[in-house]
Amino acid sequence: MSDHEYTPKSKLGKWFNDRLPLLTLSNHLQEYPTPKNLNYWWTFGGILTFCLITQIITGLILAMHYVASADLAFGSVEHIMRDVNYGWLMRYVHANGASMFFLAVYIHIFRSLYYGSYKSPREVIWIIGMIIYFLMMATAFMGYVLPWGQMSFWGATVITNLFSAIPFVGESVTNWLWGGYAVDNPTLTRFYSLHYLFPFLIFGLVILHIWALHVPGNNNPIGIDLKKPSKDTVPFHPYIVIKDIFALLIFLIVFAFFVFYSPNILGHADNYIEANPLVTPAHIVPEWYLLPFYAILRSIPDKLFGVIAMFAAIFVLVILPWLDTSKVRSAIFRPLYKQFYWFLVADVLILGYVGAMPAEGLYLLVARIATAYYFLHFLVILPVLGAKEKTLDVPLSLTEPVLGGSTNEAIIKKKKEI
Amino acid sequence: MKNFFKSILFFTIFLVYGFNTIAAEQSHKLLDPGWSFKGFFGKFDRAQLQRGYQVYTEVCAACHSMKYLSYRNLSQPGGPEFSEQQAKIIASQFEVTDGPNSEGDMFTRPARLSDKFVGPYANDQAATAANGGAYPPDMSVLVKARKGGADYIYSVLMGYEDPPSDITLDDGVYYNKYMPGNKIKMSQPLMAGAVEYADGSSTSEEQMAKDVVAFLAWAAEPHLEARHKLGFRAIIYLLILTVLVYFSMKKLWSRIESKV
Repeated sequence: MSDHEYTPKSKLGKWFNDRLPLLTLSNHLQEYPTPKNLNYWWTFGGILTFCLITQIITGLILAMHYVASADLAFGSVEHIMRDVNYGWLMRYVHANGASMFFLAVYIHIFRSLYYGSYKSPREVIWIIGMIIYFLMMATAFMGYVLPWGQMSFWGATVITNLFSAIPFVGESVTNWLWGGYAVDNPTLTRFYSLHYLFPFLIFGLVILHIWALHVPGNNNPIGIDLKKPSKDTVPFHPYIVIKDIFALLIFLIVFAFFVFYSPNILGHADNYIEANPLVTPAHIVPEWYLLPFYAILRSIPDKLFGVIAMFAAIFVLVILPWLDTSKVRSAIFRPLYKQFYWFLVADVLILGYVGAMPAEGLYLLVARIATAYYFLHFLVILPVLGAKEKTLDVPLSLTEPVLGGSTNEAIIKKKKEI
Repeated sequence: MKNFFKSILFFTIFLVYGFNTIAAEQSHKLLDPGWSFKGFFGKFDRAQLQRGYQVYTEVCAACHSMKYLSYRNLSQPGGPEFSEQQAKIIASQFEVTDGPNSEGDMFTRPARLSDKFVGPYANDQAATAANGGAYPPDMSVLVKARKGGADYIYSVLMGYEDPPSDITLDDGVYYNKYMPGNKIKMSQPLMAGAVEYADGSSTSEEQMAKDVVAFLAWAAEPHLEARHKLGFRAIIYLLILTVLVYFSMKKLWSRIESKV
């Protein structure tokens, strides 16, 4: 929070601001002191906000034309694609927007992992972020059910069936979720209702996420606490705003490429076949962004423990601030952690790959090893590293470590290596 | 800066490549006759779509419905672009059931532009029963509903062969090189000269297959041309804006000694 008290210049402004301090808020958002050494990995927060708003707006328009009914849903999507003015654009932006949203959120999360942004005093930001991520997965899953294609139907069947693994009450819970004895019209209509609700919950959590961020302020690539405001920070507006816009534009070019030139590459062809409860597709695969968790689920031979492992994979992230005990935030000064970080990235990519493959033979073996390593990383490697790792010297301020006054990470790194 | 671009590039390539590999686990490499509608400036060939419609309506439509298309679509921009008059004539050759009229009776009348394509069967069960238990899929989005898209449909049309000696086929089952499992219940649909093109184009099997698949690709994605056109403009716009914002950013940040 900025130190000085803000008073609006005009009389009317002051009158209003005394009653509802919106102008103080707006002033805070502009002045918000941001570390000046943030790199481009820090622009994904803004990009994610953009993604959420895009999904809400396109979703709102799609909802005007979509019909949530097992008999009519598939046809109504075709109606949107064919007859609604720019309906194809709205739907392709919404469908690919979900993928771009997850692409951005994964970069955002892995940035946080690399630079230790989840550590004290930012644990609450991280936990809210994880709740947002979890809600995003639920929202995306339910959204994928709405076109009522083959993958929609069978994906919904597989995922909702997971709850039947709960001892004693599993079957009742599953029937309660379905609103019947199988995935059918009641399931579709409730998923539609919740798919409409969740983005607004996410929106509220995003406000809390940003609020919680503005209390301690941004972490930065060096991972040290900065005096704010100081020579090490810049006001959010215009410096960070324009940088975020620049990064967003590059992101949009990639986004546009998918929407306009390969809008279906991230989806599954079977979802253009209308749902048929009597025909099971050869391979039931979720959307790409859920594949690592799907791989973890399938790598455990027991259904109940598979489900537990899948949810544990998310929960372990929630408690991460207490698993990683190292006092140093940024991986720049943690030579061992840096290596394990990249192993984890590779591990998650491998999990994603085997998640798309049939769960048999070599794929299953790889999935099991990768699952074991995933938990090993968080539950064993991180706590041990916190105690044993010899970290490099951390500079006291951004300008301190280098003679030329540059804040370039590479120079700091080089100096440290010498 | 450089690293940032590299990472973005890497990620995109990874995504596209990754999903292509997943999509490409086919036993035979699919045939690709070279489609006019692929690529950044891809467009449909009007004459080809008109020929394709002819093949569809004279051959495929005997079994396959196309329930999401209307006759008016035939004259819409970006499609076969029959004239409205031609589309009206095409529609009027089909009978639809309408009603109830003021007496409460259903009646039949010739189809209008606003009517959906009339299917060959009353319902899916009738279609399945008439085809030896195999439902002939609706063709409206068929190209998008199959891995490999247009290439796959074209390959299946061209993939009829005599079965290898170790495979015996039941009655009403045919051998197809590209069909998953190699067995298909549709007999070879296109024989050279099956239709007579008004524009005098060759009626070889390849030509007809290519024409009808182009027509199906349009049917599955009727706004493809508009999409390609808008996409090109959007990306050019974004590129110019990105450059402008980049230099503005450089200028702004030059006040701070840190580099962007």
